[in-house]
Amino acid sequence: MELWYTDEHTSDVRFSMKASVQIASKKSAVQQIDILDTPAYGRVLVLDGGLMITEKDEFIYHEMITHVPMAVNPNVKNVLVIGGGDGGTVRELTKYRTIQSIDLVEVDKFVVLLAKKHLPFTSSKLKDKRVSVWFEEGLRYVRGKKAEYDLIIVDSSDPYGPAEGLFTREFYGTCFKALRDDGILINQHESPFYAAHQRSVRDAHRHIAVEFPVSTVYQCHIPSYPSGHWLFGFASKKYHPIGDLDATRWNRLGIRTRYYNTDLHRGAFALPNYVKELLNR
Amino acid sequence: MHLEQKSTPLAEALNAQRINRLAHFDVPAHKGGRMNQELGEYFGPLCMALDVNSMKPLDNLGHPVSVIKDAQQLAADAFGADSAFFMVNGTTSAVQTMIWSSCGRGDKIILPRNVHRSAINALVVNGAVPIYVNPGRDKRLGIPLGMSVAAVEKAIAEHPDAKAILVNNPTYYGICSNLEEIVRIAHKAGMLVLADEAHGTHFYFHEELPISAMAAGADMAAASIHKTGGSLTQSSILLTRKSVNPDYVRQTITLTQSTSASYLLLSSLDIARRRLYYKGHEMYEKTMEFADYAREEINALGGYYAFGTELVDGDAAFAFDRTKLSVHTRDIGLAGIEVYDYLRDDYGIQIEFGDIGNLLAILSAGDRMMDVERLISALAEIKRLHERSPAGLFDHEYIDPVIAMAPQDAFYTTKRRVPMKDSVGHIAGEFVMSYPPGIPIVAPGERITPDILEHILFAKDRGCFMTGTEDMNLDYIQVVE
Repeated sequence: MELWYTDEHTSDVRFSMKASVQIASKKSAVQQIDILDTPAYGRVLVLDGGLMITEKDEFIYHEMITHVPMAVNPNVKNVLVIGGGDGGTVRELTKYRTIQSIDLVEVDKFVVLLAKKHLPFTSSKLKDKRVSVWFEEGLRYVRGKKAEYDLIIVDSSDPYGPAEGLFTREFYGTCFKALRDDGILINQHESPFYAAHQRSVRDAHRHIAVEFPVSTVYQCHIPSYPSGHWLFGFASKKYHPIGDLDATRWNRLGIRTRYYNTDLHRGAFALPNYVKELLNR
Repeated sequence: MHLEQKSTPLAEALNAQRINRLAHFDVPAHKGGRMNQELGEYFGPLCMALDVNSMKPLDNLGHPVSVIKDAQQLAADAFGADSAFFMVNGTTSAVQTMIWSSCGRGDKIILPRNVHRSAINALVVNGAVPIYVNPGRDKRLGIPLGMSVAAVEKAIAEHPDAKAILVNNPTYYGICSNLEEIVRIAHKAGMLVLADEAHGTHFYFHEELPISAMAAGADMAAASIHKTGGSLTQSSILLTRKSVNPDYVRQTITLTQSTSASYLLLSSLDIARRRLYYKGHEMYEKTMEFADYAREEINALGGYYAFGTELVDGDAAFAFDRTKLSVHTRDIGLAGIEVYDYLRDDYGIQIEFGDIGNLLAILSAGDRMMDVERLISALAEIKRLHERSPAGLFDHEYIDPVIAMAPQDAFYTTKRRVPMKDSVGHIAGEFVMSYPPGIPIVAPGERITPDILEHILFAKDRGCFMTGTEDMNLDYIQVVE
């Protein structure tokens, strides 16, 4: 018997990978969580049927969501990660000795529990002393914070489920309030390629641009995600993502990465015309 | 035949007709959407197939003898009433039926002035005369409360010939009068008690909510199942007790009711009734949890005041409906209607209404916690970005009226148009109100005072949706010649 896992990228496009064994399956109060082993992508995490991370290409996502802002402002001391219960973003952040605290706010504690058990490649640093994990609705957690963070990373799932509230203007506005005067907000910004996702890309960008003086997106290539073409949002109160990049300083840190480098950093902000048009529409 | 709450006789009969695949040579001519395919595509084939007209197996709302009769009896049982009438022209028609079946031309009816326009409209049509009881007013919030028992006693003593007393159970903001006591003194004086439960359907299904009209002994109640009970918009139920003649009530309903009542609306009442019976308690428990949580979080933001049971004073605010999320906004320098507009325009959040100093969000078991979080966070953001001094904001929602004529006399007399700004001192010949909430600022027969004019102009200026006058722009008002 052959076992295949299919991720529905749109109602008309499917992406399937052969699975060798199902490692875990859990219905939490928030969502259905599944973990599978696959020959091509290694161990994969699936939430409500949608692919979240794979062992094979998660490094691209997690490096790009963390090292871009850290290279722009290496003085970041207090970081808030919303979502990201698999721990991959935290793992990259712990590479910076200068970071003093990392608050991880995950709405579903079972994601963290299962990640700790079955996804050691991402969850390995969740036990770092600087990391505090809060099981709470992201919107609620941020609402109570004022000028407490240098960097907020929104490492959420798609805006069509439990993470819907993390793509709203009220959320970005409360993040603005929770950031210090030179704070940076990075968010998982979906794919611009399929029409089905374009509206959320455009709306998220519009909502962020209203709140932050600096607001743009950057891109990377993640093979297992819909269309492979993925965006992150870079919004900040002060720093420019390229103008304030000090490549020499970052390279001196000697942080080992497999995807990110400072040349790619600059290139990632060079956007295809169709993406520019989408954002300005 | 013994009827059981688990059955939905009307909805089942309707579905049976759909499955029967009758060849239809009756109205509606859309014939399941085949005549008008665009309509079929828009609403979906199932919806179109259920949109049929009255026929023998589906009974007749104007003269129910089979499945509608049974469905109405089940509703009466579920709400603790003796009879129930399905209404297809909103709770407006239920409120008007209560008035028309208890008062005739020239008869007096005691009612609070902060009633929905449908009640005063009923008086315009049939010529009954209102005896207004000024509701109590919360000084801080500026909102009208319920009627105090003493004020009702005084009205009864001064007008012992009144036929009925109408009570809001609750007001739009969720505030209840002491209904049991009002019923007691009204019945002692030989008057009927009519309850407008447009915002109180859920009272029948949870013991922690204020008492329902039927439990309090009221004679009739207009329960807006479509608002908080889960049926389709415009469907409603009129509940009555043995103290009124159900056949006369039915006859009164047919004076104005469509003879082509929508089976979509009717069957939704049948299905909603079953769900309320079995799941109502659980659903309103959840609603109260959402509302209590939201109140706590909104009050923690500062500036806003999400009011609750602390308003209860044992008199004009005898009880509070905890499912209502009413928020006072004036302390952050914004009118409720301004916050309402920001929520929709900037944050994609639609709430029930905003008026001068308050807003109201309707919560239900259909809400999701993440949406409740969105509402709270959006309110926090609106405060952060738009807070200003409350100086200059109008501070009350309700003005005691100065009655000069009966509504019918004022509406049907010779009138002339005057500029709104020059209307002070005249007797209004028409209504002015913000919609929602639909409580008239001035009604036909009431004198326009400087305070009333200021209220109208302020509400219009802040963006309230003003209705009632012939002039769509509200620049002019019809006054009594």
